[in-house]
Amino acid sequence: MLISGWGRYPSIDAEVSQPRSLSEIKSDISGRDGFRGIARGQGRSYGDSSIANNIISTAHFSRFHDFDAKSGCLSCDAGVSISDILDVFVPKGWFPMVTPGTKYVSVGGAIASDVHGKNHHLVGTFCDHLYSFQIMVANGDVLNCSKSENRDLFIATCGGMGLTGIVLNATFYLQKIKSSFIDETTYKARNLKECFELFEVNAGADYSVAWVDCLQQGDNLGRSLFMLGKHNEQAGLRETSNSGPSIPFNFPNIALNKYSVRLFNQLYYSRVRSKMRERQVHYNPFFYPLDGIRNWNRLYGANGFVQYQFVLPKDAGLVGMTLILEKIAASGAGSFLSVLKAFGKANANLLSFPFEGYTLALDFKVNDKVLNLLNELDAIVSDYGGRVYLTKDARMSEQTFKKGYPKWEEFQKVREKYGAQGVFSSLQSKRLGLG
Amino acid sequence: MKKVLIIGATSAIAEATARLFAKRGDKLFLLARNTEKLTVIARDLKVRGAKEVFTGSFDALDMEAHAGLLDSAIAQMEGIDTVLIAHGTLPDQKNCEASAAETLSAMNINALSVISLLTHLGNVFEKQGAGSIAVISSVAGDRGRQSNYVYGAAKGTVSIFLQGLRHRLCKAGVHVLTVKPGFVDTPMTAEFPKGPLWAQPDQIASAIFKALEKKKSVIYTPGFWALIMLIVRLVPNWIFHKTKL
Repeated sequence: MLISGWGRYPSIDAEVSQPRSLSEIKSDISGRDGFRGIARGQGRSYGDSSIANNIISTAHFSRFHDFDAKSGCLSCDAGVSISDILDVFVPKGWFPMVTPGTKYVSVGGAIASDVHGKNHHLVGTFCDHLYSFQIMVANGDVLNCSKSENRDLFIATCGGMGLTGIVLNATFYLQKIKSSFIDETTYKARNLKECFELFEVNAGADYSVAWVDCLQQGDNLGRSLFMLGKHNEQAGLRETSNSGPSIPFNFPNIALNKYSVRLFNQLYYSRVRSKMRERQVHYNPFFYPLDGIRNWNRLYGANGFVQYQFVLPKDAGLVGMTLILEKIAASGAGSFLSVLKAFGKANANLLSFPFEGYTLALDFKVNDKVLNLLNELDAIVSDYGGRVYLTKDARMSEQTFKKGYPKWEEFQKVREKYGAQGVFSSLQSKRLGLG
Repeated sequence: MKKVLIIGATSAIAEATARLFAKRGDKLFLLARNTEKLTVIARDLKVRGAKEVFTGSFDALDMEAHAGLLDSAIAQMEGIDTVLIAHGTLPDQKNCEASAAETLSAMNINALSVISLLTHLGNVFEKQGAGSIAVISSVAGDRGRQSNYVYGAAKGTVSIFLQGLRHRLCKAGVHVLTVKPGFVDTPMTAEFPKGPLWAQPDQIASAIFKALEKKKSVIYTPGFWALIMLIVRLVPNWIFHKTKL
């Protein structure tokens, strides 16, 4: 079966099993010789982190276990998605503490990527609100992990890209909400400097993010829409349908070019007429703008796309980001919806991506020119002490990875201790020299 | 809030449908053979919003116990609005051809046990003069085919029985729904290679949920099976016998 990540690059012919019970997972891992593979939930990591010769799908692990309506503490299987959680809990007045830009990620995937959201600057990552989880390690044992129990395995698994074992279930906190709507404020920033200032001034805002037009140069470099959000308190807990159009087939390769993207970006920026706009939007368009378009990854054509997300330390932010945006603008290879965000402090997890500074995420159609450009960007990111997000990555070099994630050796020691090496691996882990 | 009894509640289609009942805030009674699995499902449905979830062990072949089991379930829920019968097996056609015992056992579980339940439930619903009876039959019951006619005969029996029951109970205001799914990706069909005609259990579940709300009599799900089965039923024997269906 041909399998790829959400970016549809690269792909691999894999054997996918869909176990329904613990004993079936165990026999998948240890019941036969030569299992070398990885768990996969919704397959929404972009590159090659959830693909391997052997794939264990968590699709059938989709049950809730328990919910404490006093503390907001939820236990569920690792295959439950954020979307499932929203369906069940928004009507009851609860919302995930941290949600990434798509709701179609599984809880297991959220842990493996230690995902962040538009509120990272205040509340940290998904795993910062994770109380505990159970994981099946290479010999088939099921271990409980939390910040106090098997702590080494906990901090390696959170953000560990599935390379320590199969997460079976998790217990984590939801936040109380009074409405399913978000009060959104949008500011127009003429350039990167203005945008950074807005992040500084609004450091106390619940949610913040900026959409950057990467094709602008000179005085307009980094022209952006800066958006703030907070949970509305009055509008009620209504559900809305999030099923918009679907992209029915692969767009021809020529469809996305620098003219069409430039036009889209211009329209997107001009749609906001005034310097500042306030409105009330449902949580779906605010948090998950692209989930409304099913199969949007087909826009990039049959060859797929790569997403590139990096973080630069706070003090290097403006200079480094300017340099990178200049390079992208000059190449003309920019994408729509490049997303800029200010991160808060890092956590203790060994391979978690966020640290205090600025992060930018961009999509590129895959071709040789783009792959070369990304190598050049890697060098700049490395020089400024930054790193690239593993969940988006399909092409980074081992050297870039090891420089950006200095705790990789400690990570490998934990994997060795729990027998993960030679058992749990992905195309990505092989490429990055993790085995 | 409705009071819903689900028989064969660990089946993939039943579980997916139960999630929709739970979301509505229904009171549920789950019956199945594997009580360990039932506990896990009950816990999930409770979190999803079910008002209350009862569980009980159920052996389809112990038909003498059916009436007592049903009465006690209805008593514990303090009434019943809807029943969904979803248990069943997919017998191996070749084994059945070689053994009358295999064939009869397949008929017992897929047809006679359902008729046993429906006979008792039919009287309960007729007496109360309201409610819905939904049973999962199959497109396989529409015409006997060489590759799968034992299962088809059992499901065909159920479909015809339901036709009659519907005719009788409509006078009492009781709704009877026959659900005819096509190929569904469940543990029962784990051994089959899957193609574009295959559906997921949640698609079938939402069709059942809607059909209950709209009080439909017979549904094919996904809907395109109505057309496929119309053709399968109409093809004359001299052509049909040349196929390997």
